[in-house]
Amino acid sequence: MKIELTVNGTARALDLDPRVTLLDALREHLKLTGSKKGCDHGQCGACTVIAGGRRINACLSLAVMHDGDEITTVEGLAEATGGTLQQAFVRNDGMQCGYCTPGQLCSATAMLDELREGWPSHVSDDLNGPYELTHEEVSERMSGNLCRCSCYPGINAAITEAGAAK
Amino acid sequence: MRPFEYQRPTTTDSALAAIAPGAAFIAGGTNLIDLMKLEVMAPDTVIDISRLGMDGIEEDDGGVRIGATVTNSDLAADRRVRRDYPVLSRALLAGASGQLRNKATTGGNLLQKTRCPYFYDTDTPCNKREPGTGCAAIGGEQRNHAILGTSEHCVALHPSDMAVAMRALDAVVEIRGAGGETREIDLEKFYLLPEDRPQDETVLEPGELIAAARLPAPKGTRQVYRKVRDRASYAFALVSIGAVLEMEAGRISHAAVAFGGIGVKPWRDGAVDDLLTGEEPSEGLFEQAGEVLMRDARPSDGTEFKVGLTQRLLKAVLTEATQ
Ligand SMILES: Cc1cc2nc3c(=O)[nH]c(=O)nc-3n(C[C@H](O)[C@H](O)[C@H](O)COP(=O)(O)OP(=O)(O)OC[C@H]3O[C@@H](n4cnc5c(N)ncnc54)[C@H](O)[C@@H]3O)c2cc1C
Ligand code: SF4
Ligand code: FES
Ligand code: FES
Repeated sequence: MKIELTVNGTARALDLDPRVTLLDALREHLKLTGSKKGCDHGQCGACTVIAGGRRINACLSLAVMHDGDEITTVEGLAEATGGTLQQAFVRNDGMQCGYCTPGQLCSATAMLDELREGWPSHVSDDLNGPYELTHEEVSERMSGNLCRCSCYPGINAAITEAGAAK
Repeated sequence: MRPFEYQRPTTTDSALAAIAPGAAFIAGGTNLIDLMKLEVMAPDTVIDISRLGMDGIEEDDGGVRIGATVTNSDLAADRRVRRDYPVLSRALLAGASGQLRNKATTGGNLLQKTRCPYFYDTDTPCNKREPGTGCAAIGGEQRNHAILGTSEHCVALHPSDMAVAMRALDAVVEIRGAGGETREIDLEKFYLLPEDRPQDETVLEPGELIAAARLPAPKGTRQVYRKVRDRASYAFALVSIGAVLEMEAGRISHAAVAFGGIGVKPWRDGAVDDLLTGEEPSEGLFEQAGEVLMRDARPSDGTEFKVGLTQRLLKAVLTEATQ
């Protein structure tokens, strides 16, 4: 099937078997290997990309379902957001092996947008806010991104710092 | 994954015309794609219903009508839902992860398959996946199975958080048939017990589409959702409870309590609601409610813990809701 994706601001035409997931389309067909495959079943968040402004698991979505969509991957994130978050990850020791990092960065970027739009979370005392970027809120809102190296303290600190800077 | 043809109709009518035996609708895809990768499901045609315009949340006769493709994120954050149906926002926010909720839809959530590990493993017998082959869960690993409504053919539970809250809110499912006709069915009657046909999970006929879920005006302002799970986030419920209560002059005037993690379907027991209604809240009453709930429970060694866990959680939820 012929589809077109706008990936990191550039229109990309693809001819794909409908079975190809968005993750495999990005990695194998467009050679954007920043997005990682951890579990391939929606359980780890390594494949997180931003589609139409929202973070999703690229492994549980078919590429053909995204015909015409705008996708941001880790490769385009710095240009889109200025790199504050990436620098905060470096400063706060937010990674060890780095395998989960692209997913963490995409997820956190979109999560901070959700916060600005006033979305509540499971740990918010009041569903109507206001929501503080507490340790608990960051952990809950980022629970879809696992880190095998267990760098959670650094990841949490980096996101808190970047979130406060905005 | 087996090969399939992909179609993305732009109207509900063309989606209904396209569906045929062997075809499947896809909404968010977070459950279907997972199952297709494992070849537990192998549709020959996949019909994408994500762009049919079924993604609106509208005022509806004092209640709300939630389109089938409204995402779990959008529903949880909807202003009216947060104000009038907080138990629903809370249940949604307690489910899955931020990424998954952005794709998961209302219709897909209602129809998500059980997380029974044997259902996902095509090398083991499973009456739900392959009728007549037996049930590997009975006598096998049982921690994540049901204790209410089970049969000797299947003990799988319905894993949804959202549907538990919707049960407590008396939701109605709006269904479109192949001929375009609309019918409505109470969520209470939507799910079937496994009995000797665990492969039949709902009253949906082949080719029918969920168009929306409707919630009547809220019948109680005291709404609580609590979920107990193996880790603090991003895990299915061991036990969850959604409660919608109202109090008048120190007595419970409306009680609707629904349960997740223990039933073969999102569970609600009229006898529990009746016992609570008209009474003054007390620890004794809440304990009695827990006894009534479990009168027909059939736990195994692996699920025995759910009886006491549910009863303690029920006490905590009812205490919070009546304070
Ligand atoms: C790692 C992980 C953790 C999760 N944790 C939780 C949790 O804690 N709590 C929880 O409640 N859920 C949880 N989920 C499940 C998640 O909520 C469901 O996968 C999701 O709600 C399914 O919605 P969907 O739109 O993606 O459905 P799809 O995958 O698109 O569809 C599911 C099924 O419904 C059918 N279908 C979909 N829409 C319609 C319609 N309108 N009419 C007719 N048929 C339709 C499809 O044909 C398919 O059979 C989790 C999932 C994953 C992967
Ligand atoms: S409990 Fe149900 S779903 Fe699980 S193996 Fe048995 S028949 Fe299959
Ligand atoms: S690879 Fe997608 S969630 Fe793990
Ligand atoms: S840094 Fe290694 S998995 Fe997170």
